[in-house]
Amino acid sequence: MKLFEYEAKRLLKEYGISIPRGDTASNPTKVEAIAEAIGGPVVLKAQILVSGRGKAGGIRFADDAGEARKTASALLGLTIKGCVVTSLLVEEKLDIAEQFYASITVDRQAKQYIVLASTKGGVDIEEVARTSPDSIARHWVDTASGFGTSDALAMLSRFDMNKDVANKLAIMLTTLYQVVMECDAELVELNPLVRTTSGEFIAADSRMIIDDNAIFRHAEFKDRSLQRVDDTANEAKARKQNLSYVDLDGDIGIVGNGAGLVMATIDLVQTMGGQPGNFLDLGGIGNIEVSKKGIMLVMTKPEIKVVMVNVLGGITRCDIVAEAVVQALNESSLKKPVVVRLMGTNEEEGARILEQAGIISYRDMEEAVAQVVKIQG
Amino acid sequence: MRSIINQDTRVVVQGITGSEGKFHASLMLQYGTKVVAGVTPGKGGQEVEGVPVYDTVAEAVTNDGANTSIIFVPAAFAGKALLEAIEADIKTIVAITDGIPQKDPIECLARAKQKDDVIIVGPNCPGVIDPRINVKVGIMPGRIFAPGSIGIVSRSGTLTYEIAWYITQAGMGQTTCVGIGGDAIVGLDFIKLLEMFRNDAETEAVVLIGEIGGNAEELAAQYIKETNYPKPVAAYIAGRLAPPGKRMGHAGAIVMGNAGTAESKIKAYTEAGVLVAEKPGDTVNLLKELLGR
Repeated sequence: MKLFEYEAKRLLKEYGISIPRGDTASNPTKVEAIAEAIGGPVVLKAQILVSGRGKAGGIRFADDAGEARKTASALLGLTIKGCVVTSLLVEEKLDIAEQFYASITVDRQAKQYIVLASTKGGVDIEEVARTSPDSIARHWVDTASGFGTSDALAMLSRFDMNKDVANKLAIMLTTLYQVVMECDAELVELNPLVRTTSGEFIAADSRMIIDDNAIFRHAEFKDRSLQRVDDTANEAKARKQNLSYVDLDGDIGIVGNGAGLVMATIDLVQTMGGQPGNFLDLGGIGNIEVSKKGIMLVMTKPEIKVVMVNVLGGITRCDIVAEAVVQALNESSLKKPVVVRLMGTNEEEGARILEQAGIISYRDMEEAVAQVVKIQG
Repeated sequence: MRSIINQDTRVVVQGITGSEGKFHASLMLQYGTKVVAGVTPGKGGQEVEGVPVYDTVAEAVTNDGANTSIIFVPAAFAGKALLEAIEADIKTIVAITDGIPQKDPIECLARAKQKDDVIIVGPNCPGVIDPRINVKVGIMPGRIFAPGSIGIVSRSGTLTYEIAWYITQAGMGQTTCVGIGGDAIVGLDFIKLLEMFRNDAETEAVVLIGEIGGNAEELAAQYIKETNYPKPVAAYIAGRLAPPGKRMGHAGAIVMGNAGTAESKIKAYTEAGVLVAEKPGDTVNLLKELLGR
């Protein structure tokens, strides 16, 4: 789950990391009031969950409250990289002496957390990695021993920086590690981390991603995880029902058991000339209710013209799936043709249940997909 | 492969009193696996499927010689269960549980490093099966597999069954199939398993079933190329149509920006001489081609 910049900053502040003075606003009047209170030049930052926001025009400066109001009117309602700007973070413009980069993320290859620090902040870190790899310091954390100030200072020792700067950066890095461990973050990034002309370290921008699998042990994120602007309406509905669903652009509904099998079904539909309209993994199908709800969710999506149900019932019982399909068809307000592929435990019984309801089932995945594409076409 | 599971594999089922643990303990026993004990804290003293239940893994090791564990414990407690198995000197730990926060396996793997020869499979995986000796430590349906000469490594469950079934029908069969798991952080990976299959005389060819997200496939390709891998390798990649930034069911199946795309993986494999199947069913044709059958 991606946090908005303002959410990440509020959280970091609780850990003692300095953030710029400011607040969020969703209308120009409030923007003006915040700028007035700050007094002096401000920065207006669109609160959207895409990277490269600055280059796309989502970050603007204003010299005073009046200009801030005008700029806010122009910025609010804009669509940037597919996201509508509904909220702005209004902050004091910092007097920058130096810009750093600091982050901790998960290195899937090393199966460890990796701490990154760079003396070249304020630009895309991947760009820095390409153009000046020497300006990035890396440290892989052994969680058995943790990540302390001495580890942080050791990784910073490659940079030619004075002791005071190094010490402050080290504290910043160890604080980020504490945030990662306590919040189950898979990414926390400060870019830039600014040293002001008065020598203070301030997180000018921050990104945070919380591990979706860890939401259950963080009461503070539970409600937030059900309100995600990057979810489509169907995805939000599915999330509430604990279904693993993703919208796609096509008109063939895809339902199956197992993420890999569903992805493979989607790819096969496309290879055979169809356009998949969604991804829905029912997982290990244990009961009719969950499967029925999932199938109905797909069937009632207006763009969907035909639904493909692909179940390889290793352990899953095919008769339960068949029953779910029949019930979904009976109860759904919008009815669409369904093609079912059933293989595995109780497949004959499943096929019989479907046949009685006038639904054809196949044993072979390619045959079933060919049929779906034919119906749609 | 015999270092993961073998004829001496003695399994303790962690979470045996739960419905899944109980169900699969029974299926593993039916298949021929020596399931010797179960563990559920607070439920020691019972019997499930004819095997004794203990409060701790250590008791199963001491009393019944358990050397392998399979974990069905719910996500909230699975990390702790994994750590307990490591501390009890279990040698092969298969974590079936889906939805474990990734911090937990990261911490467990760091702990496992301090011990000798601990193998962790998963989490979020179907487990391991060796049809040559009728041993499975997992949830895969045994009848889909047959003894043979193909090694399979996969990030997915049901997709493995799909492809294994084609291989079985073609009369090739399998030596060992390992589901390494769909999470971002898993124990055994493609490279470690390629190393094991390299030394497994009966394995004639290897199938790698991958998907979008991360760079495990790219690293496997690099390994195959750099070590001049001696056995033919075929692959399948799921998720070519996945939109960036969306989790496709598996926690690890996510394209971030341009990283982790199917294109990148297919390109890496092709450059390493690995044949990539366009459809799951084509994998078996590629194997026939590679083995000249």
